[in-house]
Amino acid sequence: MYQTVIGLEVHAELSLDTKIFCGCSTKFGQEPNSQTCPICLGLPGALPVLNEEAVKYIIKIGLALGCRILPEARFDRKNYYYPDLPKNYQISQNYLPFAVDGYLELPPSQKKGTPIKVGIDNVHLEEDTGKNIHSESGGREGYSLVDFNRAGIPLVEIVTRPDMHSLEDTESFMVSLRNILLYLGVSNCKMEEGALRFEASVSIRPDEASSLNARVEIKNLNSFKSVLRSLQYEIERQRRLLSGGEIVSGETRLWDEKEGKTLTMRVKESSPDYRYFPEPDLPPVVIKPQWIKTIRAAMPELPAERLRRFVKKYHLPPYDAIILTSSKSLADFYEEVVEGFPDGKHVSNWIMGEVLEKLKERKIGIEESSLTPASLSELLNLIKCGTISGKMAREVFAEMFATGKGAGEIVKERGLAQISDTRKIKETIDLILKKNPAAISDFQTGKKKVIAYLTGQVMKETKGAANPQLVNELLQEALQQQ
Amino acid sequence: MELAELAAHEIHCLLKKKEVSVVEVVDAVLTRIDEVDDNIGAFITVNGEGAQREALRIDQEISRGREILPLTGIPVAIKDLICIKGMKTTCASRILNNFYSPYDATVIEKLREAGTIFIGKTNMDEFAMGSSTENSCFGITRNPLNPDTVPGGSSGGSAAAVAAGEAIIALGSDTGGSIRQPAAFCGVVGLVPTYGLVSRFGLVAFASSLDQIGPITRDVRDCALLMNLICGYDPRDSTSAATNIPDYTDSLLNDVREVKIGIPKQYFGEEVDEEVAEAMREAMALFKRHGAKIENVSLPNTEYAIATYYLIATAEASSNLARYDGVGYGQREKSDNILEMYEKTREAGFGDEVKRRIMLGTYVLSAGYYETYYLKAQQARALIRDDFEKAFQKFDCLLAPVSPTTAFKVGEKTDDPLKMYLSDIFTIPVNLAGLPAISIPCGFNSLGSAIGLQLIAKPFNEEMLLRVAYTFEENTKMSR
Ligand SMILES: [Zn+2]
Repeated sequence: MYQTVIGLEVHAELSLDTKIFCGCSTKFGQEPNSQTCPICLGLPGALPVLNEEAVKYIIKIGLALGCRILPEARFDRKNYYYPDLPKNYQISQNYLPFAVDGYLELPPSQKKGTPIKVGIDNVHLEEDTGKNIHSESGGREGYSLVDFNRAGIPLVEIVTRPDMHSLEDTESFMVSLRNILLYLGVSNCKMEEGALRFEASVSIRPDEASSLNARVEIKNLNSFKSVLRSLQYEIERQRRLLSGGEIVSGETRLWDEKEGKTLTMRVKESSPDYRYFPEPDLPPVVIKPQWIKTIRAAMPELPAERLRRFVKKYHLPPYDAIILTSSKSLADFYEEVVEGFPDGKHVSNWIMGEVLEKLKERKIGIEESSLTPASLSELLNLIKCGTISGKMAREVFAEMFATGKGAGEIVKERGLAQISDTRKIKETIDLILKKNPAAISDFQTGKKKVIAYLTGQVMKETKGAANPQLVNELLQEALQQQ
Repeated sequence: MELAELAAHEIHCLLKKKEVSVVEVVDAVLTRIDEVDDNIGAFITVNGEGAQREALRIDQEISRGREILPLTGIPVAIKDLICIKGMKTTCASRILNNFYSPYDATVIEKLREAGTIFIGKTNMDEFAMGSSTENSCFGITRNPLNPDTVPGGSSGGSAAAVAAGEAIIALGSDTGGSIRQPAAFCGVVGLVPTYGLVSRFGLVAFASSLDQIGPITRDVRDCALLMNLICGYDPRDSTSAATNIPDYTDSLLNDVREVKIGIPKQYFGEEVDEEVAEAMREAMALFKRHGAKIENVSLPNTEYAIATYYLIATAEASSNLARYDGVGYGQREKSDNILEMYEKTREAGFGDEVKRRIMLGTYVLSAGYYETYYLKAQQARALIRDDFEKAFQKFDCLLAPVSPTTAFKVGEKTDDPLKMYLSDIFTIPVNLAGLPAISIPCGFNSLGSAIGLQLIAKPFNEEMLLRVAYTFEENTKMSR
């Protein structure tokens, strides 16, 4: 049995309106190079000015990950040549990042008893690069274009220690981290827009006691799925090598999503020397303890705290609370429903059952569905007051989910409300009894079963809208009076 | 005297009295450029039509009641590494020979607002790397005082333009002496302000932690007037200082009584020409006569300045100049693959001195050498700064030569970079410490070459420099 050792570098775009060192917009999907200026284009003479909001965001992230916030942070230049890098250096942090030495505790899973803590080496701020767009044709006819709209978008890089030992750990870490970023409101984490990107490093060894084999870094990972698939591929590859008596060489490999495999990008000896040195255009950023205090005080509740609160406040089993808090939008949804229908467990049952089932079917998250918390609590209230039956509720819910209409609206439109109006039911009963004199005499001779038949007739007449319980009671009464 | 040879404050009086128009002033300067610039080579770009248009516009505005500020209508030459919107900014480099800046530097905005006239962009050592204005892809600039000699560098074009009447005032930049040394060689006034006092936004970077924009003028009063315009906090430059800017003309006092002037002994070694040393002694005597207190002081870490400077400046330069790769702007050499395109572009685009410094800087920052060189240099820089700090506990300013020699012959040092580097030995420590310093003319040697006197003050005490310099000027009248 081999032990697997995994570390991650996570890049998340901060959800700020303007870039990190200039005033350009960060809006996604705009006309190429429409959101640029001398600063983010790296024109001669232009100078960076730090967007202070980005610092606030990064301190929030540092605190949420239990990091130490350094009293003085500094920017460094990371020097390398690439066409999408306007200055041919990236303003990043190497020597004095904003936050260091933290951890993320993975939420308890059913399989593992003891919770796992993944160490965070550091959390730092940097600028994103532009994007190269290559022409279809290669060779002499080929050309490349560069879109600098993304250049200078604020990025946080979170560097873990190699504390993950399985794909499950890795997935759990990524989900938890994204959750934290969403809870903090510092990144939209939209992987399809490249707002969350990863680099993984993996090595395996015969057992915990032996020394680590060479580390392989994997780049070009743009989704949870590509991280997990590439790790799976890489672990297999390394195992095959080791069990065949070969050695794993330290290198950087590129994940090819289409082919589903990793390919050598560069071997260790040729790894670039980034020649980091302090950015002379930006003075050190002094973080006053009072500032940290203010930011800490304004921190939103984080997933772990919210889980504990759900168990306590809504009397939920931990299992329910874990699922409900696994996504911020789901937890928000839950709490809004409970506001309109204050029975925590009942709401939880509905969400964990009907709602999640439908979401899974459609492969979407709650935030993408048209279902509103208000309509769900309305539905639960309609069931509770007996306006609709549990069976009807399911149908109504299906339409709510499909159309986004309110529960009451659907019930009304379809004429689904149960008739609990005694007078109206009595009139129908009279009508049915008049049509069925034989049934009355049957009842009088002791054939009680006839009630079921008559109830059915009443229900038929009301197109199923009458409250069956009430029909039954009123029918007994009427027959006895005959 | 001819219009093109007057100081800005003198022209200002004539404009106020309506004895001349801005158009006449500009024409006088353009005529002078026509006459002499083929020989001097001070300009890379002459903004002839633009300047005339602007002059006409300002005259019209004046006739409609526009206030004539001290530098309104004054032709100013701009070193060709300060960006002016719509004009070429070449840094005297082939790699930027077709680069038009789409924006104004902060200092340009300020000058524009005051109604100065941009007469042209001046020649320089490529990317400000050099001490003689011989490292320019557009050819050399000659010293107007003696065309066989260099004008100094790297702001040689700006200093020569002011000295030759091709501009009334000019802006240069000083990273290791690039304003003061050419000012000294050309017999004009040059001031490097405290690091952070003048915004660097729009100044093409050579070494970011050392670069500073400053005035080159005919006399100390013009220097104060230009300082009044260009200084001040700029939110677009994060290294800009948030400090109050005085009216620098208030410092133009003919009075050095009780001023304590330190004479750093390390600046008077054997490398100093005897005639230069003699001029310094005469200056000391003058100040003494006018009531200043003169005493020796030691700046013991001066000997590390040149080495420190060439580690830090080249390290920063290697990174600052990385952006010139032919991708987004500037000269590009064609190739089938990107790596070769980079190599060819930079091979063809940069001159020898720039390449030399990029290589040195890249080496300095490389893994395994960063601690040995770059960090060591930062420590030495702190020691040099401490030396000055200690000296300024006792002295109001320091007096020293600008350069050990006067202007040297064209071509004399081009084959010996080290010898060239040593001509900045007395100017470099000031940049390392981020201090203000002024270079003023203090006579000529027997061959008729100008000698420059350097005064150094503590950070943000430009007022002391101007006061002492003004006193010297008033009592020698040598600037003119
Ligand atoms: Zn921008």
